[in-house]
Amino acid sequence: MSAAPRAAAGAEPVQYEMVVGLEVHVQLKTRTKLFCGCPTKFGALPNANTCPVCLGLPGTLPVLNYAAVQLGVRAAHALCCAVNDLSTFARKNYFYPDLPKGYQITQYERPLAECGWLVIGKNPDDTPITIGVTRVHLEEDAGKSLHDRYRGATALDLNRAGVPLIEVVSEPELRTAKDAGAFLRVLKQLLEYIGVSDVNMEEGSLRVDANISTRAAGDTVLGTKTEVKNLNSFSAVERAIEAEFARQQAALATGTTVEQQTMLWDAAAGEVRPARSKEDSHDYRYFPEPDLPPLVLSQDWVRKAKEELPELPSAKRTRFAKDYSLGDADIEVLTANIALADYYETVARGHEDPKSAANWVMGELLATLRATETPITAFRVRPIDLARLLDLVRAGRLSHSAAKRVFANMAETGDRPEEVAERQGLLQVSDDGAIAAWVAEVIAESPKEWERYRAGEQKLLGVLVGQAMKKSKGRADPKKLNQSFSARAAG
Amino acid sequence: MTDAATPKAAVPAGRVGAYPDAPDAVARAFDVMRTTRAAEADGLNLVLWYDREHAAKAARDVQAALDEGQDLGPLAGVPFVAKDNIATLNLPTTCASRILAGYVSPFEATVITRMERGGAVLVGKTNCDEFAMGSSTEHSAYGPARNPLDPTRVPGGSSGGSAGAVAAGIVRVALGSETGGSVRQPASFCGVVGVKPTYGRVSRYGLVAFASSLDQIGIFGAGVDDAATALELVAGRDPLDSTSADIPVPRYREAAQRSVAGLVIGRPKEYFPPSLDPRIAALCDRALTRMRELGADVRDVSLPHTDLAVPAYYIIAPAEASSNLARFDGARYGRRVPAAGLRATYEATRSDGFGSEVTRRILLGTYVLSAGYYDAYYKKAQEVRTLIAEDFQMVFASGVDVLFTPTAPTTAFPIGAKVGDPYAMYLSDIFTVTANLAGIPGMSLPIGRVDGLPVGGQLLAPHFDELTMFTLAYNLERVLGQDAHR
Amino acid sequence: MAVTRDDVLRVATLARLALDEARIPALVAELNGILAHMEELSAADTTGVCGISGVGDAGLPLREDSGPQLSLATSRESFAPAMRDSFFLVPRLATHGDSADEVP
Ligand SMILES: [Mg+2]
Ligand SMILES: [Zn+2]
Repeated sequence: MSAAPRAAAGAEPVQYEMVVGLEVHVQLKTRTKLFCGCPTKFGALPNANTCPVCLGLPGTLPVLNYAAVQLGVRAAHALCCAVNDLSTFARKNYFYPDLPKGYQITQYERPLAECGWLVIGKNPDDTPITIGVTRVHLEEDAGKSLHDRYRGATALDLNRAGVPLIEVVSEPELRTAKDAGAFLRVLKQLLEYIGVSDVNMEEGSLRVDANISTRAAGDTVLGTKTEVKNLNSFSAVERAIEAEFARQQAALATGTTVEQQTMLWDAAAGEVRPARSKEDSHDYRYFPEPDLPPLVLSQDWVRKAKEELPELPSAKRTRFAKDYSLGDADIEVLTANIALADYYETVARGHEDPKSAANWVMGELLATLRATETPITAFRVRPIDLARLLDLVRAGRLSHSAAKRVFANMAETGDRPEEVAERQGLLQVSDDGAIAAWVAEVIAESPKEWERYRAGEQKLLGVLVGQAMKKSKGRADPKKLNQSFSARAAG
Repeated sequence: MTDAATPKAAVPAGRVGAYPDAPDAVARAFDVMRTTRAAEADGLNLVLWYDREHAAKAARDVQAALDEGQDLGPLAGVPFVAKDNIATLNLPTTCASRILAGYVSPFEATVITRMERGGAVLVGKTNCDEFAMGSSTEHSAYGPARNPLDPTRVPGGSSGGSAGAVAAGIVRVALGSETGGSVRQPASFCGVVGVKPTYGRVSRYGLVAFASSLDQIGIFGAGVDDAATALELVAGRDPLDSTSADIPVPRYREAAQRSVAGLVIGRPKEYFPPSLDPRIAALCDRALTRMRELGADVRDVSLPHTDLAVPAYYIIAPAEASSNLARFDGARYGRRVPAAGLRATYEATRSDGFGSEVTRRILLGTYVLSAGYYDAYYKKAQEVRTLIAEDFQMVFASGVDVLFTPTAPTTAFPIGAKVGDPYAMYLSDIFTVTANLAGIPGMSLPIGRVDGLPVGGQLLAPHFDELTMFTLAYNLERVLGQDAHR
Repeated sequence: MAVTRDDVLRVATLARLALDEARIPALVAELNGILAHMEELSAADTTGVCGISGVGDAGLPLREDSGPQLSLATSRESFAPAMRDSFFLVPRLATHGDSADEVP
């Protein structure tokens, strides 16, 4: 915790602490919008993904998407929340041009789920750092306003309007910017793991508002909070929280009060600024959405959804340690995201040696992905083919360096390892006839060395094998050559 | 101009499709267009938008299908009109508001699709109070509609244009909408049949929302059979409306064959206060006597929270309206009044686009939802709404099949009589708002006249029991005969 | 709970309605008149009563996560007040100009 600036001259320096709660909006991975059949696909032409409903045309009505409920409940379970058997929708009323109906349909009085938690790391004494999750609720996204595209006008693209989101609200239990960052990273990993969201920051599928207040360390009463918006990366969240904490500390230290207001993070300037004038303080006039009866979920359905919850990251880490005897550092890398973990696991299951599978995935594979800027989901080498490649190495049919060349080609072509090795002539030859022929040729061409070796100069074996390798253009199995020379010397 | 002093006779009740002068659907459509023009030339201002070419084409298509031998059902080739807050593809949908001037919906309401699938031909969009907010069809951006039976008087509202179009003999079937009696009250004022189905019985998709938890599309008919036929066609689950019920639709027209013998009719005392015009009360009691003569059992009952209905309604409806009307900001559709900056444009667009009653209700609704007032007003009104619904549940659980009341406390009032006093206007919904608050079905049908002006009797039934309601209505219509119109 | 002139102005701001100065006193009086009748509600005993919104307790029907995308019979240009390159255009937000507008 950073030290507070000195208060009035002569007074003891006051230690301040920050109290931070996060509101995280995450786009759910559905094909269609929350209340209409429009596609949610990113990158469509402006307003192409709109219909009478999400344009808010007069006379239209919302109809809730089943998949959004499923994914929301799955997220709620993963966050250890209690899922409400009856939840209600509400209207949040405010004017903004990218909000077509003049209200957002969200959940207010009775959210989808409440009272969960998320473990975001470990304390120095190895106890878990647990942050409470106040609620998880469903709501629709707004559209997009483009202010800089045309002179004097704001351009509206409503393709996002009505896209399903969950809002995850944390308890105000975060005490450092670093912890806030950890909360977000752990949450992102979790939601990706269970297939609830792609959590793609560039496409805006995770957005964060941070509520920040400052109090003297040891105080139990909360200070006045401000809400910082416009946070579109994890580092922005951490930097903005630090900046706002510094601003609030400075205010408190000089005896000024912190005003309750909305702040915007300006990434370029690295500072927070008040978002609006105070004259029109917000009054969202929430009331129950009359177009949607309450959402009723049967206990059986909710229980079944919990049973069907995919493996969570922590469980996967434990299992990888047990099933594949991997160290913590390897597990950390291999379980960073679900796609990589799944890839590794397929390789490990297809090949006898999980440790060598881990080395290949963390080594060659990650290096290739990085170098070619390819996401693992688009990688051309199928995990089962990587397993086969490792089998070839283990069986002695491919040298380690040849295997690297084969892998590089597989990454380009997507071809199977045997095919590539064959085509490139890299498969080791262990056929006895061919080996014997090369050995005979070398003995015939280098009789002196052969005699010295037979006389007991063991170091000459390397020379002989090297010559035979050259004759085989590198394809001969060196172990077989060794055996063949020593057998002939003995015989 | 019609002679104001001598009210005209309303079109007598009869079977749908009884247009004796028209040999086929096309001729009938032209006939309707002629009547429409004549009515508009008379200054009734009932129909806002109609398109002769389009109606003729639709009629030709239906006639061609009929000539091929297709069975489209009882409304094939029957012309109808729809209130201007129901989305249609080929005619404007302005909700009688300036803010939607010229707006043509790029999609159509489920009810329109279903009517047209049954061969009915849309011939026009009717005048109404702006966004259905009003009880007289005076609050229209396109001028007040007039009652065809006495053009110095209002046709009632907010669906006054649709009620008037049936009363004027333009069409036998019309669609309207109800939030607090906007079909039943004008039906009463115009001497026609008006049905508000159970909430959830008819899809609201395409009905421009006023107060979503109360809104329901309703049907006007020249007679009970016209309304029952059209309701049968448009009712039923619609996947586009989450509040539409998945409950089978009975054959309402079969109610015509049913008897009222043994049915229990409740007469709620709160709907017959001492202040009620005794001539209206007498017409109601005459109707009840006739029902008793047919074997029905009439009982006095009580719905003790009735007095709270208007106050609860005038909290809930404006609150929902303030939110529903936020979308009219001139950004994506409708009329924009440009000003400097976005905020100013919003304010210019909305202030210029909405009329005085809509503005008043948006302010009221915003106020009751705003921080610090929500519990005292909106939350409290919703709780009172529960009490009102429980009143009905208890009465129906006690063995009462249908309730019978006057539809409105007065007959059609003169144009301008109540526009200056909003609350006096609100009180003309006093007997009708309860059904919207409770979500139960209700209807109004003519039961006689006072000073030559129609009086409607109201039937209220339990949720989704329109069939029993129609049973009573068919019988009452039959037994009253011409007495209903004099 | 009398409605004041300030209340009316505050509410008008929330509702994005610019009120004619001359209309304000009448609106204050009308709203007070209407709300006075609403006071009857506070006399009603609603202890233990749950508020309802909407009717029918069939629960919420859900749709499959598939289309079709509901179609528009006419182009967006046909009903939009201003469009360019498929964007709806509105006057520039004042957060990017004057200070009256705001970020929600
Ligand atoms: Mg939210
Ligand atoms: Zn859509």
